[in-house]
Amino acid sequence: MKREGSPLTGLGAVVLKELADHLSSVRMFVLEILIFLTAVATVYAATQTLRTVVGEDPFVYLRIFTIPNKIGDAELPSFLGFMGFLMPLVGIALAFDSINGEYLRRTMSRVLAQPIYRDAVLMGKFLAGMATLATTLLAVWLLITGLGMLRLGVVPEAREVARGLVFLFVTLAYGGVWLGLALLFSVIYRQPATSALATISVWLFFLVFWEIVASLLFNIVGIFARGGPEAELSYLQLRQVLSWFSPNTLYTESAVALLTPEIRTLGPLLSVFLQAEAAGLIPRSQLPLSQSLLLAWPQLTGLVGTVIILFTYAYVRFQRQEVRA
Amino acid sequence: MTPIIETEGLTKRYGDTVAVDSLNLRLQAGEVFGLLGPNGSGKTTTILMLLGLTEPTSGSARVLGFDPLRNPLDVKRRVGYMPDAVGFYDELTARDNLRYTARLNGIPRKEAEATIVEMLDRMGLGDVMDRPVNTFSRGMRQRLGLADVLLKRPHVAILDEPTVGLDPEAAHEFLGMIRSLKAEGITVLLSSHLLHQVQAVCDRIGLFSKGKMVLEGTFEELSTKVLGGSYRIQVEARPDGFEQVLRGVPGVIGVATARPGLYRLEAKTDCRSDVARRIVAEGGQLLELRFDRASLDDVYARYFQEARSEA
Repeated sequence: MKREGSPLTGLGAVVLKELADHLSSVRMFVLEILIFLTAVATVYAATQTLRTVVGEDPFVYLRIFTIPNKIGDAELPSFLGFMGFLMPLVGIALAFDSINGEYLRRTMSRVLAQPIYRDAVLMGKFLAGMATLATTLLAVWLLITGLGMLRLGVVPEAREVARGLVFLFVTLAYGGVWLGLALLFSVIYRQPATSALATISVWLFFLVFWEIVASLLFNIVGIFARGGPEAELSYLQLRQVLSWFSPNTLYTESAVALLTPEIRTLGPLLSVFLQAEAAGLIPRSQLPLSQSLLLAWPQLTGLVGTVIILFTYAYVRFQRQEVRA
Repeated sequence: MTPIIETEGLTKRYGDTVAVDSLNLRLQAGEVFGLLGPNGSGKTTTILMLLGLTEPTSGSARVLGFDPLRNPLDVKRRVGYMPDAVGFYDELTARDNLRYTARLNGIPRKEAEATIVEMLDRMGLGDVMDRPVNTFSRGMRQRLGLADVLLKRPHVAILDEPTVGLDPEAAHEFLGMIRSLKAEGITVLLSSHLLHQVQAVCDRIGLFSKGKMVLEGTFEELSTKVLGGSYRIQVEARPDGFEQVLRGVPGVIGVATARPGLYRLEAKTDCRSDVARRIVAEGGQLLELRFDRASLDDVYARYFQEARSEA
């Protein structure tokens, strides 16, 4: 039977309410402080190194995000590395109790008794989460760029800004994956603690264990396969395909491709290329943004697709859920 | 006159269990109808189906002429619903909670602000409207719930177990507020398992058992149907031990001793004068003799007792 009235009725109200909640919550405040500290530390450490190459390196602002940091003797990951770690945390924090929290507070039936469809509730919560992520990311990026100008004394060029913005989008999509997963678990599990732990488990699985699982699978296949270089290549490709199941890999690969214009392939031949370049066998060159985008496109599509799949599944589950707790 | 709420053979099954079994319900404009029944008898499921929040397995419902399945938004725009154990966003103030409801209802901001203050004042929450809800007592939350319902100026108010967990005074006060809705011409559907409260505010009552509405009518009709129009008389006399004597009074069907010296009689006729005569004749001291108006508790207890013995 067809229902009448737009499913988006009341969406704006839900988004505004959720956004206000996120922006004023202690949870987000703590995470934002963490992110800003990371940003400040990275800029400080990165510019220390980069000061020597200003003027030689045309993409000095992109290096801030990618070069590994050293503060004193301590080795720190790059900003990109930090983001790969912090974005899941923020995404999970934003959404792990979004649906079951409403049931727990017994506000769900009261909200759904207002003239809106369930669609507006779920979509509103998702959009508000994404908007919060986007706002935070934009603020961090502006902070980094500003601090970079102070420390490096040069203004970023348009191509650096463009790549920076695309990088922000990729990071947003990566955060969206974890937001979507947390949202899904908050629909499935009735206890926020359970949904939080479930999401964190998935994240840890991909962070720590997936690589081990993937190489195990790869080794098992490798035993049966002996042959020429072509076979060799197809195994390497298999290894890469396996690694793509992890959102972390998708994010790192696409972000590296976008932030490092020198990278011409993400396939198994990447290291060969880099070695050849270093040895002067092939000339150094940089890809235009459109080509870098093309390079990162499969990974980017993978990330966005994962977000859509997670949201759709959460949507289906939520629509079929009984309202009474 | 077309009914405000009308259901025809409304049925909801969860697997093998039938939550609501071919329910035919009719509410006329301006009446206060009480859904009465033990927990799990299908009251809340019925309400959710009326609001389009749960799909019926079969049968149909119409609320204010709208089909809740097809036009849930039209129904929910005109019907206020206060769920069982209503919840609010604890960290927000009462006013902010109602603001959210107003926005979800698409009430223009200016109008909403005025209505929010009006409703909170009316519910006696005017002084605390800018305090976070987590400082509210159970009774205050319940009144905030009613303010939340009235905010959209509904034609129908559906209240699910509105007095659960309230102390007697707060419950009494709350029932007074429900009566004031009737005076405004709002049709009220009230669900409860607290019988005397339903009796106090409802024009008509539907008795629910295992998903079926087994009895329907005014309180008088119900008590006549179930209790068979019998008289209940309460006698207090001293010294105790009059049970046998009272059984001997013509017309008395049953005697129950509530406590030593206090008896409840069930009789076919008004035999108060006979009772008085016998007690005095036996040398007793008659302390009190009065009609015990049958309460819904009696109706309820008697009905389920009979249903059990028939089974």
